Amino acid sequence: MSVDTVSLSGWGRTAPTTALRFRPRTYEDAAAAVRGRGPRGVVARGLGRAHGDAAQNAGGSVIDMTALDRIRAFDARAGTVVCDAGVSLHRLMETLLPLGWFVPVTPATRHVTVGGAIGSDVHGRNHRTAGSFTRHVRSLELLTADGEVRTVPPGTDLFAATAGGMGLTGVVLSATLGLRPVTSALMSVDTARAADLDEALARLTACGDRTPYAAAWIDLLARGRATGRAVVTRGEHAPLDALPARARRTALAFRPGRLPTVSALIPGGLAGPVQAAVLNEIRYRSAPVSRTGELQRVSTFFHPLDAAPRWSRLPGRGGSVHYQFTVGHGHEGTLHRIVRQLTVRRCPAVHAVLKRFGEGGPGWLSFPAPGWTLSFVLPAGLPGLARLLDRLDEEVAAAGGRVCLAKDARLRPGLLAAMYPRLPEFRALREELDPAGAFRSDLSRRLAL
Amino acid sequence: MKDAFGAPQSLLVLGGTSEIGLATARRLIARRTRTVRLAGRPSPALERAASELRELGADVRTVAFDALDSASHEEVLGKLFTEGDIDMVLMAFGVLGDQARDEEEPLSAVRVAQTNYTGAVSAGLVCAGALQAQGHGSLVVLSSVAGERARRADFIYGSSKAGLDVFAQGLGDALHGTGVHVMVVRPGFVRSRMTAGREEAPLATTPGAVADAIVTGLRRRSETVWVPGALRVVMSALRHVPRPLFRRLAVR
Repeated sequence: MSVDTVSLSGWGRTAPTTALRFRPRTYEDAAAAVRGRGPRGVVARGLGRAHGDAAQNAGGSVIDMTALDRIRAFDARAGTVVCDAGVSLHRLMETLLPLGWFVPVTPATRHVTVGGAIGSDVHGRNHRTAGSFTRHVRSLELLTADGEVRTVPPGTDLFAATAGGMGLTGVVLSATLGLRPVTSALMSVDTARAADLDEALARLTACGDRTPYAAAWIDLLARGRATGRAVVTRGEHAPLDALPARARRTALAFRPGRLPTVSALIPGGLAGPVQAAVLNEIRYRSAPVSRTGELQRVSTFFHPLDAAPRWSRLPGRGGSVHYQFTVGHGHEGTLHRIVRQLTVRRCPAVHAVLKRFGEGGPGWLSFPAPGWTLSFVLPAGLPGLARLLDRLDEEVAAAGGRVCLAKDARLRPGLLAAMYPRLPEFRALREELDPAGAFRSDLSRRLAL
Repeated sequence: MKDAFGAPQSLLVLGGTSEIGLATARRLIARRTRTVRLAGRPSPALERAASELRELGADVRTVAFDALDSASHEEVLGKLFTEGDIDMVLMAFGVLGDQARDEEEPLSAVRVAQTNYTGAVSAGLVCAGALQAQGHGSLVVLSSVAGERARRADFIYGSSKAGLDVFAQGLGDALHGTGVHVMVVRPGFVRSRMTAGREEAPLATTPGAVADAIVTGLRRRSETVWVPGALRVVMSALRHVPRPLFRRLAVR
């Protein structure tokens, strides 16, 4: 097991801290790293795609799980796979798509590990019908503070604390996942422009169960009557008979594209309001007014940003801040107010995505809750941004909503209990399971989780 | 922990009655800071400063700290760090001295040097070690433009700040990559208690402006901050003025 001292930050590259990094190759190595932790505790880390400080541990230990990446068993009859926590969703797709299976839930990047997906209880565009990631976990193995490995089935308190528990209950070593059968690696996509936010909301509401995946890209720089204009995309896995004859022969081939590294082509710090406005204008105008049945690769539909590695460097030296919140149905007014505040201030918000959530998952700190969710990325160096986002927090909390912890790097600890009502149960379970506080992260210190 | 904008949750001010230190604390309390430790020689002024910050809603405590007593620094400051993480240390202590008297009485000149430089070296090293052990944090050092080039009018003070400045720069390099951020702040003439009754220099500034610059510097993770910013340009020109000419410019 290699050990080194590294400075780590989240994908947004704000607030870096230094930790001792262990790279276990076996479960025994991982247990040794947990038992040999220093006074400042330990936390597991995957591919570093959490935008905030969830997978860093200042002055303590960080267990890099990426070397634990075996796919251990695949059961085609039951549609399940057993894999190590360090396996990425990319790897799962590469292996399982040609066999006719797809991961049940994928976030906007496939470069996340299974362990990270469980710890953050990630959601995808199909939350309305499929729920979040941990709903599809049949069982998981958890390395706890005492160095023991426990098998945790859904329905237990430990599972509820671990699902979306930001890695603070222990290290997920492996998991059994339920998969979704597909007949092709292509998506059948419907695209439509929405002239304003109300139309986008209406189009997302009108999505039936026939199109499980739906999301709207929002232009947060359009003002006036066009405030909240959007491009709504809905999709489903294309059935074999929808494919042209030539494509049917290689229907299950997984072919993600990859562009050269962005920083090699573009200098950092280019995400100003003018550039963002131009890009948004092009993106809105180039989308079809209405188109149905377009065939897209899964990587194009789900993970367009994965084609541009290190896109998070675009906002420049100061890094970027991701903001994602959810508010319940009936609180569309809050959504409108927040979108208006961002557009009026001309915030160069990029990757703004609006989705509808279905039923929440079992996790006590799990982010998704029934209603609407909006996410966007802003350069951290924007003057006055800290205060603006603090105000948005208050609006969100007042509407009974919450912000996403996997993306957070700036929430005020005082608002956490209002946003996550099951926080006391989470704290009590941690107190009982891990009284010495073995599992800690910068996130847990900052928010006193 | 600091948030994405560099705003700390806990703050230690060395030189707890410093006007710049308190102005910075007030701004940080308005953001994220909830615990403040004011370190200084016990005095009614220090208690007053603490209760004033308490009214803003922070948990504030005073700590007995004497810059001149270097031997005690390890114990006093080390103890503070064992009580919990400190996200930001602001080294704001220092004395201006009285140039005319200090030239007459070498011992009082030594006192200026010991407070501003020697005291800062020992306190700075203790804090740097503790910050490094916790893997994160900012050490903000209040230097001065007076340390940039010797002036007839305040070279004793200036030389102590020059030493401090170079020390802090080196410390910043030594801590690069450890998660600890060292920021050197070089204000010009600051209108404050310390400079009351003195003739104002051009580009004079206020404790509030220095505090604003510190907050911005934290957000940008700057290594050097000039207050006002124009001093960066002015001083880079003045640095190269020949000495005979500079003597005539700076006779005051």
